[in-house]
Formats: sequence, C-alpha cells, structure tokens
Amino acid sequence: MSMVKLTINNIPVEVPEGTTILWAAKKAGFTIPTLCHHPDLTPGGQCGICVVEIEGIPGLKRSCMTPAADGFKVKTHTPRVMATRRQLVELILSNHDTECLTCVKNNNCELQKLAATVGINTLDYGNALKEKLPIDRSSVAIVRDPNKCILCGRCIEVCSRVQTVNALAVNHRGFDTVITTAFNAGLGNSVCINCGQCVVHCPVGALYEKSAVDEVWDAIHDPDKFVVVQEAPAVRVQLGEEFDMPTGSLVSGKMHAALRRLGFDAVLETNFTADLTILEEGTELIGRLTSGKNLPLITSCSPGWIKFMETFFHDMIPHMSTAKSPQQMFGALAKTYYAEAKGIDPAKIVSVSVMPCTAKKFECLRPEMNASGHRDVDYVLTTRELGRMMREAGLDIREMPDEPADDLLGDYTGAATIFGATGGVMEAAVRSAYRLVTGRELEDVEIKPVRGLKGIKEAEIDIDGTKVKVAVAHSCGQARALLDKVRDQIAKDGKSEYQFIEVMACPGGCVGGGGQSWGSNIAKRARRGESLYEEDRSLPWRRSHENPSVQALYEKYLEKPNSEKAHKLLHTHYYKRSTVDGKVLPNK
Amino acid sequence: MNLVRNHVLISIDAGTIMAGARAVEKALVEEINKQGLSGEIAVLETGSIGATGQGVVIVVYPEGIYYANVTPADAAELVEEHLLKGRPVKRLIMTEMPKQHVIKKEKTGLLREQPRIVLRNSGVINPENIDEYIAEGGYEALEKAFTDLKPAGVTKEVKDSGLMGRGGAAFTTAMKWEFAARAPGDVKYIICNADEGEPGTFKDRLILEGDPHKLIEGMILAGYAVGATKGFVYIRGEYALSIERLEKAITQARLYGLLGDDILESGFSFDIAVMKGAGAYVCGEETALIESLEGKRGHPRNKPPYPVTEGLWAKPTVVNNVETLANVPEIVRNGAAWYRGYGTDKCPGTKVYTIIGNVATPGLIEAEMGTTLRDIIYEYAGGIKDGKKFKGALVGGAAGAFMGPEMLDAKMDFVNLKEYAAVLGSGAILVMDEDADIVGMLQSVLHFFRHESCGHCVPCRLGTNQLAEIIDRIAEGKGKTEDVDKLVSISEVMRDTSFCPLGQSPVLPITSSLRFFRDEVYSRVQ
Repeated sequence: MSMVKLTINNIPVEVPEGTTILWAAKKAGFTIPTLCHHPDLTPGGQCGICVVEIEGIPGLKRSCMTPAADGFKVKTHTPRVMATRRQLVELILSNHDTECLTCVKNNNCELQKLAATVGINTLDYGNALKEKLPIDRSSVAIVRDPNKCILCGRCIEVCSRVQTVNALAVNHRGFDTVITTAFNAGLGNSVCINCGQCVVHCPVGALYEKSAVDEVWDAIHDPDKFVVVQEAPAVRVQLGEEFDMPTGSLVSGKMHAALRRLGFDAVLETNFTADLTILEEGTELIGRLTSGKNLPLITSCSPGWIKFMETFFHDMIPHMSTAKSPQQMFGALAKTYYAEAKGIDPAKIVSVSVMPCTAKKFECLRPEMNASGHRDVDYVLTTRELGRMMREAGLDIREMPDEPADDLLGDYTGAATIFGATGGVMEAAVRSAYRLVTGRELEDVEIKPVRGLKGIKEAEIDIDGTKVKVAVAHSCGQARALLDKVRDQIAKDGKSEYQFIEVMACPGGCVGGGGQSWGSNIAKRARRGESLYEEDRSLPWRRSHENPSVQALYEKYLEKPNSEKAHKLLHTHYYKRSTVDGKVLPNK
Repeated sequence: MNLVRNHVLISIDAGTIMAGARAVEKALVEEINKQGLSGEIAVLETGSIGATGQGVVIVVYPEGIYYANVTPADAAELVEEHLLKGRPVKRLIMTEMPKQHVIKKEKTGLLREQPRIVLRNSGVINPENIDEYIAEGGYEALEKAFTDLKPAGVTKEVKDSGLMGRGGAAFTTAMKWEFAARAPGDVKYIICNADEGEPGTFKDRLILEGDPHKLIEGMILAGYAVGATKGFVYIRGEYALSIERLEKAITQARLYGLLGDDILESGFSFDIAVMKGAGAYVCGEETALIESLEGKRGHPRNKPPYPVTEGLWAKPTVVNNVETLANVPEIVRNGAAWYRGYGTDKCPGTKVYTIIGNVATPGLIEAEMGTTLRDIIYEYAGGIKDGKKFKGALVGGAAGAFMGPEMLDAKMDFVNLKEYAAVLGSGAILVMDEDADIVGMLQSVLHFFRHESCGHCVPCRLGTNQLAEIIDRIAEGKGKTEDVDKLVSISEVMRDTSFCPLGQSPVLPITSSLRFFRDEVYSRVQ
C-alpha cells in the first residue's frame, strides 16, 4: 500500500493512501472534534464540525471525508477553524431541544460533549426551534423523538446501508427536514426490525429503547410477585462499560450479585436455554440432514433477523429452525417447569430478561409467545436499562462480589456463552451435533473459521465423513447478500451449497446489539466477543449437552430433544410480513 | 406550389401562451381563411422572439413588423388592413421596439445588433419542424463531426473555442469532456442540466422552446466526443412547453436517423431521454441532479469523485447546461476560430441573458462576452423604465451579486467579473431603479435560500434559517447593528462549510449589498 506524507499542525505523519485527514490527525495526536461522523459508517458530511484548513486550498475542508495527500499542510485549530466550529455548534443548538437534564442521553450525549469541547458558553443566535413534533411511540421497542434529532443521518446510514432495512428516510427539506418512516406512520407501523442499530448509533437522545424500568421496579416491589430474571450472554461482557470498566470486561458473577441486590427473587440464566437451544436445533439439523429436506437450516435466535426474514425473505420460512430463541425458551420454562419444581403459581411469576437487544422487546410481545399459558416473558430490559437501575439503586458493578446464578435454570456451558458473538451459535451447534451423530465428543471444540468480524464466514465441517458446509452472517445487509445467493442457488440447482446458516441481525452478533451501551463501534464489538471466548475457555463444560441442568430438564420434564412437549414449549412458527408496514400478511 | 406572400410568425412560448397566443393564432387562421387568403399567407409558430411582458407578439414578414399585445379581437383588423390591404396596424406596432429584436445572424460590428449564436433560430424557425432547423444549417455539424473531425476533433474544436459552462460555474467544457472520455468504462452518459432554477432566469426554457434541435445536436456531439451512447435531459417539470417541443424534436430526430442506432451510418449510436425534475433548486447542482435522476432524494454528493469519473449510476458522466450544449453545434459547424471572433480572449462567445426588473423592455437577449452592464441595460433593454435612475442590479440570480452604479462599465464575462467579486452566474439580470428597497431585495433572496435548502448539512439548513430571521428583523425595523454583522459572519461560515454551492451562495448577495448599499442597510437598524 502506498503511503502519503503530510503534516498536521507542523507534525509530520505518514499514512496509507486513502486515509482521511481525521485519522491522519489522530495518528499525529490530534483529535479533531466531530459530530455526525461515526467510525463504522460512511461519512455523510452533514455537520461540518470537523473542518480544517489546508495550506493552499481555499475554504475549509471536512477532515472526515477528505483523503490525506502528499505534502498537505493541515491546521486543525486555527482561529478561523475554531470560530467556525463554535458557530456551527451554536447553529445546531439554536435548533435543538436542549432540555438536557430530562433527556435519556444526559451525560452520554455527543452534542453535549461537543458543546463543552468547543467551549460554548453563550448562545448568540435566536432560538430557532421548530414546532414540537409528536414523539413516535408506535414501536414496542424503540422511541423516536424528532425534537432531539440533529439530522446527522447515522440512523439512516446504518438502517439502509448496514442493515438494508430502509425503515428511516429524510422527509421534507431545508429547515423543515425531518427523519421519519414511510408515510410518517411511525416505527411500529414500518418495516423496522427493532434491531436498535439506529439507537446505538444516535449521537443524541433522538432514538432510545422503550423503557421497562418502571414496570420492573413495580414488579420487584410487589410482594405478591415472584420475579425471575435471565441474562443474555452478551450482557456479561458489556455491563462493565456502563460503570467505566474496560471494554469487554467479563462480569458474569458480579452481574448475578447485582441482580440479586436489586431484588430479583431468582437470578437465572439465558445461557441455560442457549444450551437447550443447541440440543433442540442440533437435533433439528440432524433430522434435516438425514431427510435432505429444507436445507440449509437457518438459525432463529435473533428476533431482529426473524422479522427481517419474515418481511424480506419469507420464502425462506421452511428453512428456518423452528426452535425459539433462548429468551423465549426460558420464558416458557420459567412459568411451567420452574414454577412446578418450585411450587410457585405461574400467574404470580414475573419473567424479566436482560438483553443486549431492543428487538427482544418486540419478540416477547409476539402473540404466539404464550406457550406456558401466560406471557412467557413479561419485560425485557436492555443492558443500558439494567445499568440505569443499578445506578439508581446505588450499585456499582466494580464493587460486586462474584456470585453464581440460582439453580434449575442457572447452569451454562462455554457453548452457550459464545452465543453472544457472531458464529457462536454455529460453533456451539457443531460441538453438540458431532456428538449427536457420532456418539463421540469433538476433541478440538474451537471452530476458528466461524469466529471474527468478517462479513460472511464459511466453513466445511467433517462429521465422520459427512461434510457439512456452513455459513455465518452478521448484520442484515450480510444476511441479505447470503440469502440472495442461497435463493439463487435453490432456484438454479434445486439446492444450496450450504447445509447450515447462522444469522445475527446486528454487526458482530449480540455483543453489538441495539441494547448495548451508547457509543458502540466495531473495535468494542470485537473486544466483547473475545471476552466471551475467554469465558468459554474458563468454564468446566464447553459442550451444551454436558450441561447437567439441561440433562435433568430432559430427564424430568421434556423426555428428549424435539419431543412433543419440547415442541409445544420450545418451538414456534413464523409469518409473512408486508414490505410496506411490516404487518403480518393474511395467509394465502 | 403555392407562393406564400406573407409569413406571420407567432411567438408561442410559455409566456405568450399565458397571454392567449393560441387563441390569437386560431383567430388569425380563421380570419385568413374567411378572407380567402389561406393560399398566400402562412401562419407559423415560433419560439420566443425575446420580448417578455408584452402580451402576444407576432411578426409579419417580409416587412418585419412586430406587433405586441395582440388579442383575438384584433385578428380581423390585422388581416383586413395589413395582410389584405398592406396597411400596418399602427396602434398594435411594438412602440418600444427593443434593439434586441433586430435579429442578425452574423456579426456586424454594430453593438446594437445582437450577435446571435445560441438564439440564432429562436423566434425565426418553427421549433416543431425539424426541416426548418435543417434548412438553417442544422445537423451539419454532426455530419462534419462524423466525416472530418472524429471524436477527438470535436473535442479539439470545442477546446480551441474556449467554451466555458454557461450554467454559472464556467468550467471549461472541453476539459469535462476529456476527463469523461479518458475515464475507464464502456458506459458513459451525457446529461443536459435543464433544471433552470435560478430566480429570474429563463434562458434555457426559451432556448428549448425556440430551438430544441440545437440542444439535441449539441448532446449528440458531446456524446460522440466523450464516447457516451445515452443522454438525459433533466428538465424542470414546470417547463411543459419545453418538454413537449423537446420530445417532439427527439421523435423527429429519431425518424430522420439522427438519434438511435448507427446515426447517419457513422457507426455511432446515441439516444436521449427526457426526465422531469420536481422543482427543487438544489437539483440544479450536478450531483444532486444525478441523485434525483437515479430516483433518489435530491441531495448533493461528496466530491471527489466528480461526475466525470463517477456520475450517473457510478458511470463517467458529463453534465452540461442547455446553453453550453446549444453553443456546440455552431462551434463545430463554423470552427473555433470563428467562435473566438466573439467575446473576450479569456471568455469567447456570447452569453444569453434574461433581463428583468425596472427596465423598459425586459426579455431575452444574447450579447457578446465582455459587453458592459451599461450597454446591456441601456442598449439592449431600453434603459430604466419611466426614465428613472439606475440604482443597481442583481446579476446571476439569487446566488449572484449586486452591482452598483460604479460597476455599470464593468465588462461582463466570467473572468472579469471575478475581479469585482461579482459573478455572471446564470445570466439573470434583475435591474433596480432608484425606488428599490435593498433590504426587501435581500429579504426575498434569503427567504428563497431558506425555502430551497435541501436540509442535508447544518450550515445551510440552519444558517439559511438564521439569515432569513435576521433580515426579517431588520425589515421590521427591529434589527440592531450586530444583526448586520451576524448576516456576514453566518454567511461566511456557510461559504466555508456548506456541503454544496447552495449554502455557499448567500454570502455573495449579502456582502455585495453591503458594499454598494451599506448606508441604506445600516439606516434600517438601531
């Protein structure tokens, strides 16, 4: 790769050709203030905050989208540049609902930080607020407040280009510009898949989860209720960031302790049902490989992906695994198996989950998710909401002891914990499928080709001479590319080259979910994923079928994977959805 | 064959249609038939002859008598008196006979006679008849290109002519073509930017209404030079007559083998599609235009890459203005040296202006590059209306600059005006007399920008809003001196940081108004 040499504020720096001035400056030790820029997204150049002066070039240049060139003499904080930045921030503030103290993003807002960074202490421009627009609460997962929106375009970029969902777009123009959904009908009446990538990419408080914090507090404080909580794998490598711990800190035990201290009556594990998912889905895979029907089998753990598939790829429904996601398996068992074993009236159980995900809020409300005879999961909290509850209760994750989860639905294996990273479900499934087919254990349990953040990962697994071609996609954009290919192959050859496909809706898998802390980026997602693999290595069991509590569950309650009872409680079905409003289409 | 004694040309353009030209035409034809003159008098439709605001305009040849404000009720008298008895109807003759209507096809050295290159056929031929265009030398350039010049020769001719983009940015046309020709790729496009949105500008409309084949020929030549096989005309949806005539012309050209596969057996194929814009000002910016053409929201793109390497559907694309392309057939046909006989050294050729406001005869004119503002106003547009004094002019549209009396003798061309911190822009000249209110002018300009900002970038979306609010405050008498400073500082930030030329533009009208009318602006604030 050819390099270019330039100076940033007289400091020489050499960077690969094509590097933007913003990154070249970073290399030279200067962090140029930005607002609309996000390291994972194509810059749109909306805000102009990152402008710099380049000697010999008239005007100011946006450093986020100007490539460094040989001989550039860049100045990042001349009087002209600094005055311009201040004026631009003032212009943004002239049009921003600055009710910071009551904003969900207070203390986490990039605009708030920027105003402090560039030193805004007076506002010279008249307040130019638009007439208050209604807050979009139509979605069960995501709230959209157009009054806070600064039109940076990140949400559209991630929704359209990364996820290829296209739920959001710019409407109207000039001063009246708003970002909204088709027909301004609201996210809940759109193709939005609730993945929440818009939420984690929003620099301000314009997009946030529909909070269940108050409802959960009420349940905890209600003496008649027995409140159980489950936590997804990706939460334990992220919760620490809510309390300024290094990215990816593994806090499984501290998390259990904190939940207990918040007042949950039983602290259980989504990881338990992740193991269960593997046995159900693995058995399903073997059934399909044997019959040769409906291959490839496609995983179904990610509710954002499920709605995406139902909307844009509903011809793939026969290929989908019918296994519920671990969250919903847990919900169905909590109010049946667990309630019976503990002698609790299931009507009094409030089932709460902590998820790295906003789509889980949608999933738990799907009408069919009531196998227990009750709502299987009552409330979903995102990792952020758990952080909020802990702070309110005066709990700091760093000060928590390490505690185990409670019994019956609390044990988990390494195979379960890697569910949180892209490729993890695939790897876990292979570890158990090998045993199910051959009766022997897979010696080297680490399937490296399906790990990491490459867009689409492929591998060929040899199960005693049977070759199984697998593929892993993370982000709906990658899933779309992969599924387009599968669709073409099936149309052309009657079958696909793949037998098993894992899809996660979010980039990086659940560690990059829409319910994780603000300020997510690829580097953080990668780091969190690595921590999950570290936990995997540290656990006594690394194969789902080794989980003693799962074995007990089958022995005492479900008989065997894919049994009739297992089907009733742990499996589900899918719907065709409209590409206009995401609503379920009538069956033809 | 009938020998036609008189030709009655009726100007059918968007303006005269609104004034009732179709009804007048019908009445004239009926009256001529009634008098039994249909064999010897021909009524012909033509494009704008250049006069605006004077109702229905007709010209009777061979006498060359111009009638203005003609109504259907006048048809009987005109036919009876003039066409039958040979006595011109004095009360309808254009009283303020503007110099601009003296149409000379070649340069005569006389300032008062417009050298018409682009408008050569406008108001002369029937734009809906390809034969008339061909009779005036139309499509000869194409033949010359195919047989003598070849693509490189066409580009060379245009390069030697020094033709610069007439949309306002004044980029050397041949350079654009060369970039696109050199860009790798088999599929290339020519786009004609007919999204004429600059306030006060309607030259492209009148060129299209008056001589659509000239544009078609220009586009074919551009396509030939660049190696493009498909052209698009992105035109304002409001330009109904232009669209109608252009589409008719395209159909005729296809029928004649001038568009389509293997044009004139040259082996070169080219076709043109007309795409209607929805009226956003920002879509006149070439990358926003391309986005719109692709079916997306009209937002500007980041540059580089420029359209010449990555334009429409990421293919090399040349975007040229209507007037630019309309110059091309004449340049190719007559040669670069001939073209350089007009205009200035640095800016050869002519410029088509629309001159409006407080002048005696507003309308469409074509003048050599380097003509002074004074000559344009006083020689071509009949001076200031009602004998009032000249106060200033807004030249180049809303994105242009004010010019005060001290600039009357400035030579108008792209290069020279730069030295005066003014621009030629789209060629709109809005003339103000002594009674004009400069704050009111700024108000309408700044409201225009607020209305047309696409909303993509912060400086433009929010800056245009602040500018409009501040100027409103000043107009209401509630402004303070700091407000004037704010107008300047905001517009400077916008110039430095706006994503596209739209937001970079308000600084020009603001600073130029203060340059010439500082006292007046300050007299309005506390």
